[in-house]
Amino acid sequence: MEPSVKAIPLASLHRELGAKFGPFAGYEMPIQYPAGLKAEHLHTRAQAGLFDVSHMGQLRVRAHDGTSASLQRALQAALPIDFNGWPLQLQKYSYLLNDAGGIEDDLMLVNCGSEVRIVVNAGNRDADRARLEQLCPALSFDWIDAALIALQGPAAETVLAALDPTAALLRFMHAAQLRLEGALCFTTRSGYTGEDGYEISLPLDAAERIVRRLLSDPRVAPIGLGARDTLRLEAGLPLHGHDITASTSPVEAGLAFAIPASRRGGGALAGGFPGAALVLAQLADGPTRRRVGLVSPETVPIRAPSTLLDATGAAVGQVTSGTVSPSLGQPILMAYVQTGAQPVQAVVRDRRPAVQTVPLPFVPKRYQR
Amino acid sequence: MTSPTDLKFTHSHEWVRDNGDGTFTIGISDHAQEALGELVYVELPAIGRHLVAGEVFAVVESTKAASDVYAPLEGDVLEINQALANEPQLLNSEPYATGWLMRLRPTDPSALATLLSGTDYDNGPGA
Repeated sequence: MEPSVKAIPLASLHRELGAKFGPFAGYEMPIQYPAGLKAEHLHTRAQAGLFDVSHMGQLRVRAHDGTSASLQRALQAALPIDFNGWPLQLQKYSYLLNDAGGIEDDLMLVNCGSEVRIVVNAGNRDADRARLEQLCPALSFDWIDAALIALQGPAAETVLAALDPTAALLRFMHAAQLRLEGALCFTTRSGYTGEDGYEISLPLDAAERIVRRLLSDPRVAPIGLGARDTLRLEAGLPLHGHDITASTSPVEAGLAFAIPASRRGGGALAGGFPGAALVLAQLADGPTRRRVGLVSPETVPIRAPSTLLDATGAAVGQVTSGTVSPSLGQPILMAYVQTGAQPVQAVVRDRRPAVQTVPLPFVPKRYQR
Repeated sequence: MTSPTDLKFTHSHEWVRDNGDGTFTIGISDHAQEALGELVYVELPAIGRHLVAGEVFAVVESTKAASDVYAPLEGDVLEINQALANEPQLLNSEPYATGWLMRLRPTDPSALATLLSGTDYDNGPGA
């Protein structure tokens, strides 16, 4: 299905940094650097990691008539969101659902008034845009031709504030235009590692200069997608295509927090988005399975799609992501488990490592709220 | 990167050392460990298990993925590298020395001649 694998704008810089590349969602991406996945992961938790996530789609959405009223009305018919009480420059998490309430993709949206900026997953770029265009004929959708990087970790704020002091004033999930090396860069204080940090859209003519400047700070190391995956897993964050799919609902996935009260049963704007019937029913009655986190005291990694067993040996769940946590040194996993069931073992080849359900995240989040 | 010339290799990236005492030591190549990335878990066969050539005898797991390791020859497992249970990263740091996987008593030692030389392995597919 995938045509030729696409290159990201800063590919040659990553090659110079010694990156190992691999295909990911149709893009040739830096998977790891010479430091290695574990060192990169721990560096992000200790200092600051720079991730190139330019494969993700950056959409600019406007109404054909140019008004924010039309824009908001149309997007509210497509997504379980509410612009009432949504301040300008605030970022929110949402998802594009199908008619059965399944998650076609998860999204990050920023309300910029007469336009909304949406970041979508690389593998769903074209499908998301086509679906949104179909759902919102009054709107225009344009890809923003820019690189996208994430700067994540406890040193991220001081590193970025050295280039533009405004960075320190941004709170978690807020957006601003920062001036980095002379270029205006749309920046949000958010990320996908559980650490404090930023996602920064870089104009193509300034991207390499800005990334080199950030990497010149001794606290910053380039981090590949390998470590990004283990970092997000430790943070309990779901990966679309694995932990959330077109056949999992946001209620099952534990992501219903993103649906405002006004879009739920009895709310001022209740329902009226694709999949609403199923989602509202699950919110009322509870789902039959839930996404949970588990750990194992043993050493064998437990990966997708391992089956989970209860004390009677009955299959009660299935793993969607698993690894050995670089921070904790033990196997961690996310799985869908039947409501009320208690998994005690996982099936890994002929082994049956013990597992225990734990609250997510595995490693505490350190967002600057 | 040049693979050792005193070892034999397979296209599936295992190496075999003839210990000269009727036993072979088996591991995975430097190229293989490099491709796998840092290993976090190694599953080894039971001592005494009879393996046929091409059979999966071990699983090596990095943070990212689990990969099967295949028996290059038929034989019986004499010894496994217990150190890998606590230090799977030995496979990354010294794949041809402390990172060995198992010692095998081959059913037919002459089958060794059918495997690849280090040079052939380096020039082969997937290398």
